[in-house]
This record gives sequence, C-alpha cells and structure tokens, in this order.
Amino acid sequence: MAVVFDRTKGLTSKIFHYCPGCTHGVIHRLVAEVLEELDVLGKAVGVAPVGCSVFAYDYFNCDMHEAAHGRAPAVATGIKRVHPDSVVFTYQGDGDLASIGTAEIIHAAHRGEKITTIFVNNAIYGMTGGQMAPTTLIGQKATTAPYGRDAEHCGMPLKVSEMLSTIDGAKFVERVSVHNASNIRKTKKAIKKAFEIQLKGEGFGIVEILSTCPTNWGMTPLEGLKWLEENMLPYYPLGNFRTPGEVE
Amino acid sequence: MAKAKGKVTFIEDRCKGCELCTTVCPVNIVVMNRDEINIKGYHPATVIEMDKCIGCANCAMICPDVVIKVEREIKK
Amino acid sequence: MAKILMKGNEAIGAAAIKAGCNYFFGYPITPQNELPEYMSRELPKVNGCFLQAESEVAAINMVYGAAGAGARVMTSSSSPGMALKQEGISYIAGAELPCVIVNIVRGGPGLGGIQPAQSDYYQATRGGGNGDYRHVVYAPSTLQETVDLVMEAFDVADQYRMPVMIVGDGMTGQMMEPVEFKELKKRELPVKDWITDGTKGEREPNIINSLFIDPQELEDHVNDRLEAKYRIIEEKEVLYEEYNVEDADVVCIAYGTTSRIVKNAIAECEAEGLKVGLIRPITLWPFPHKVFDKITDKTKGLLTVEMSTGQMIDDVKIAIAGRKPVYFHGRTGGMIPNPNDIVNEIKKIAGGEK
Repeated sequence: MAVVFDRTKGLTSKIFHYCPGCTHGVIHRLVAEVLEELDVLGKAVGVAPVGCSVFAYDYFNCDMHEAAHGRAPAVATGIKRVHPDSVVFTYQGDGDLASIGTAEIIHAAHRGEKITTIFVNNAIYGMTGGQMAPTTLIGQKATTAPYGRDAEHCGMPLKVSEMLSTIDGAKFVERVSVHNASNIRKTKKAIKKAFEIQLKGEGFGIVEILSTCPTNWGMTPLEGLKWLEENMLPYYPLGNFRTPGEVE
Repeated sequence: MAKAKGKVTFIEDRCKGCELCTTVCPVNIVVMNRDEINIKGYHPATVIEMDKCIGCANCAMICPDVVIKVEREIKK
Repeated sequence: MAKILMKGNEAIGAAAIKAGCNYFFGYPITPQNELPEYMSRELPKVNGCFLQAESEVAAINMVYGAAGAGARVMTSSSSPGMALKQEGISYIAGAELPCVIVNIVRGGPGLGGIQPAQSDYYQATRGGGNGDYRHVVYAPSTLQETVDLVMEAFDVADQYRMPVMIVGDGMTGQMMEPVEFKELKKRELPVKDWITDGTKGEREPNIINSLFIDPQELEDHVNDRLEAKYRIIEEKEVLYEEYNVEDADVVCIAYGTTSRIVKNAIAECEAEGLKVGLIRPITLWPFPHKVFDKITDKTKGLLTVEMSTGQMIDDVKIAIAGRKPVYFHGRTGGMIPNPNDIVNEIKKIAGGEK
C-alpha cells in the first residue's frame, strides 16, 4: 500500500507540548508540510515570539529565532533584509500580534516586507492561562474578563485581516479555520499561497487561522471545535481579503 | 468500480486522547481505545474495523499531534 | 591617511561602514538624527540596507534578527529611545548576538531635553533590561577616539558575541573634528557557524534563542556562557587614560567630553602649583578599578565630575573602597560643567576645606 499521509520532514520528531486537542499542532504541521512541498526547508527561517508557540524552535525543522513578545515581524524584517533569498515566516498568536505587536505587524505590511505571517487567532491568551485578548469575543469569559467581555468597557474584538487588507504592502490576506477536515485543507492551500507570494517577491502575506484553546475556553477539544464554528465564524468571516492580481 | 482500500497506524504514545479524529471519519471507524492507556496516561485513538478504512486521511488531517500514518491502495 | 573634518554622528556612520557594517535600523530622535540620515545615504552605496523602523523597539528587534542572520549591524538612539531598546538589548545579550548600539545621550528624565548629558550611565552600565547581563560600554571623548572605538566595537562584539554600546553625548554627536579611519589591530574572530542563513539541508537547524524554561539550564547558560565571558572581558578589555595619578593632591575622575573640560581645569590648577591627577574611564564597563590602587597617601581626595547628578561616582566609590573621600561636581539637564567651578572644587579639596 502506498503511504498517503506521514509526518512531514518539516517537523522535528519532538512531541508538541500543546494541550490535548489544541489546533496549534495542526497548524504547525500544515506550515511544515508546505515548506517541505515547496522544497524551501533549507532556506527557511522561522520567527516564533512569546506565546504558546514560543517553543516552535523545537518543532520546525529549519533555522529559527525566538523573539520578544510582539516583535516577530521586526525580527523577521532584519533576517529577510540580510538574506533576501531566504524564506522567512513568523508564527504568532493573537495576544502577540493583535495586542503588543500591532505596530510591528502593521508596519511589516506597510513596508511590504517579503515575509509570511501565520497568525493563530484563538480569541484568548493561552500560555499565560486564559486572559482576554483583543480578539476575545463579546460575552466570552476570560480570566481578566470574568463577567464576559463587555464592549462598553473594552471595545469590540479586533478584526485583523480586515484591518491589514487596507494596507497596500499586504499582497495576500486570508482568514481560514482549522475546525474541521475540509477547512484544514483550505488552510493549507492559503498557507501555500502566502509562501508562494513570498517566493515570487510580491510582498507581505498573512494567513489568519481561527484555532481552538480547549483548556482556556474551559471546554473539551470537541466542544472547542463546535464553539469556534458557532461563535467565532460569525464574527470572523472566513475568506480572502487580498490576493495579488486583483483588479484594484 | 475501483475501490479504495486504506490502512491507518497510530503512534499511540504521541496521542493525547483529544478525540478530534473520531469526528471526521466518513466510515466512523476511528474510536478511543478505552481498554488501554498510553505512556502519557491517555486512552489512545484506534481503528478496530480496519477493513472499512478507505484511506481518506481525514483523521490524520485533523490530528494535532501527528499520531496517524495513512496508507492507501486502489483495488481494481 | 588624510584627516577629514566630520560631524560626530556622521563620523560614527562612516566608521561603522568602514568596519563592514552593512545594516542599520534606526528611528528619529534628537540629537542623533544625522547618523541614521548618513546611513540612509551611504549604505545603499555599499549595497547595505538602511531601514527606518516604526519605533526604537522595532529597530532593536530588527537588529536582533539581522545579527542572528549573521550580519554586522548597528542601531543608534538617544536616552528616551535607548530606554525603549532595553528589553531588546537584554534579549540580544541573552541570545549572545553581536551588534553595536550608539547612545548619543541627552538630558533626562522623561522627555528631558536635547542638550548633552551623561545621565544614562546607570542604564548603560547596570543594564536597563532584565536579568543578569552586561555589555561593553565605550565612552569616547574625542571624535577620533569615537571613530576608533566604533570600529573596535564591531570586532569586540563578534569576538565575544555580545552587544557593544558606544556612549556619546550631544556634543559628541553634533560637534565637528578632523578624523581618520585607521587599520585596527587584528583580533582572533570566531567563525559565525551559529547564524540562521538556512540549513541548506546540510546542517542541523541553528536556533537564536534566550528562553530556557528549565531553571538549571538557564542558570548554566548565564554562568557558563555569559558570566564566563564577562570575567574574561573584565580581565582583557578595560581601557582608560591616566594622568599624574601617583603624585596628585587631588585626583579627578571624568569621562567623555566632560573629561576634556576637567583637563582644562587641571591645567589651570597646575599653573597655580597644585598637583592634580585624572582617571578617564574609556570603558565604562568593564570599569577600570585597578588604576585606583595607584592613588597614594599624598592624595587628599577624589573629585568625580559628570554631566549628571552623579552616577559613575558609585563605581568610583567601589574602586577606591573607602581609602579616600570622594567628592562630586556635576551639571545636568543639558548644562555643561564650567572649568572655573571645577578649579574651585579642586582647590577646596586640596586646601582641606572640604
């Protein structure tokens, strides 16, 4: 029988530290598969800032930088400017990108940095134990929003893809999700497209990936998938917001 | 009509018993092995009726911990 | 080599490029603006890359990325901007990345002013970032010395894999003096086999990182990697100027441009028959402790002169270890010390009025 699915060379053999059912693991695998399929593992340099994925340097089988919270796009800029032919990506959570790192992500897009950002949106701070993130939904409980997020008190959740799609340098902006098998396949396509845009030197690409956090949502992994579908999809519609070749 | 024949193998000690794979199998054969506990203390996922497997790899697609390897052949 | 009359900020840029620095990430802040401006003009000519970042925080993190990728890279700022970079500097020290950081100091605290000052001594030498780390700090007093130390700084950074800081002040950055770019004495520089230029399928991945979640691993990292090199640096890399230290009624301690004002004051006192010594630290870290042992019983007291309310004075007190009284004269906020005031202070100490 032919092997149709096996662990990609893009991942090391290390077991992920992520909680059971956390879809970070799925996203890691997709990124690694794409890097292998595009045959760029030897040129890839990843940047993982503070967050649950800060240990990504143990998992991706390519050169990696661990970066300060929110600063991965700046670190990636430094790397890409030194090695323009390398394939540079950042792998960031929403607490990192949409909060402390908003300036860096906006300006990386604004400068049209030829890097690829994998933006994992699970509507919460994971590593630090479930605090409210800028992407936490209205009414969603978090350890720093124990009564549920109240827009009157701290605003509406941030729609990053829509925001970044207004920036000319952001040539590829797409929001996808990994809450079921078919969407996982679509996510992989989007990741591949974003990296291809970097390889063609067209500019900045970002894939926002809706992801689960069973532990901090206080749910089982399966309930997490359902919650994402019923609550996150309506507020964070999936789809492409920018892709090269569009008639402006 | 050509018939797809699949086979899945689980690296049991990587499994964290999250059960995601049990929700995507088109022939509903992926189940949790309640009789066993792996090195992490979880019930690992498994397939008992392997003959029904069609090798679609949905289970491997959604597995967050790269537990599942999938093989497939098309029988004429 | 003919000397060229150059403005300090630009001379620093020229020296960096001469030293092979092809990458500069900066942000506007007075009084160092001419440096990023110079780099934005000159780096493209050597197909280097200048980038103005969205903030000093982003700039120092770009330096982190470029240094990890193996480039000779520099950034510069001034006091409040340097405060923003401190977390990044701590990461760079922890991840053992070579780079050069220039601080053209201005009056503080807060927005402060834009005139020259030396009130970032603590920040520079005690580390404004978190954790046990150090970095070499050079404090040049003339533009020629600035140029020499900038070029040296890149070699020191590569040799020890660490950030190296040049501390000037508004005068250093803004004044013009003739400079020449000399050949440096050769240093044994290690091969950069740890950089992230892509495995090319030929090696294990290189990882630039300062995270060690296991406490024993972090302690080992700090002791075996960082502290170990700091001890070597304290042994080998101390630089200072000394004048008449063993036969002085009063020994002054001053660095940077302030030391030149103190030299005038010393000349005036000598004209009146007083014997005055000077210790001028060139490395603020590692601080030149040993030279203080040369101070004899003849010396009545030490006078530390700074453009601050007194920060280096702590190190002077550590170095003299109570053997002599230590006095202070300083101006801050951008005010420059006046030679006459310094002469009066010296006379008071010499005359025993203090």
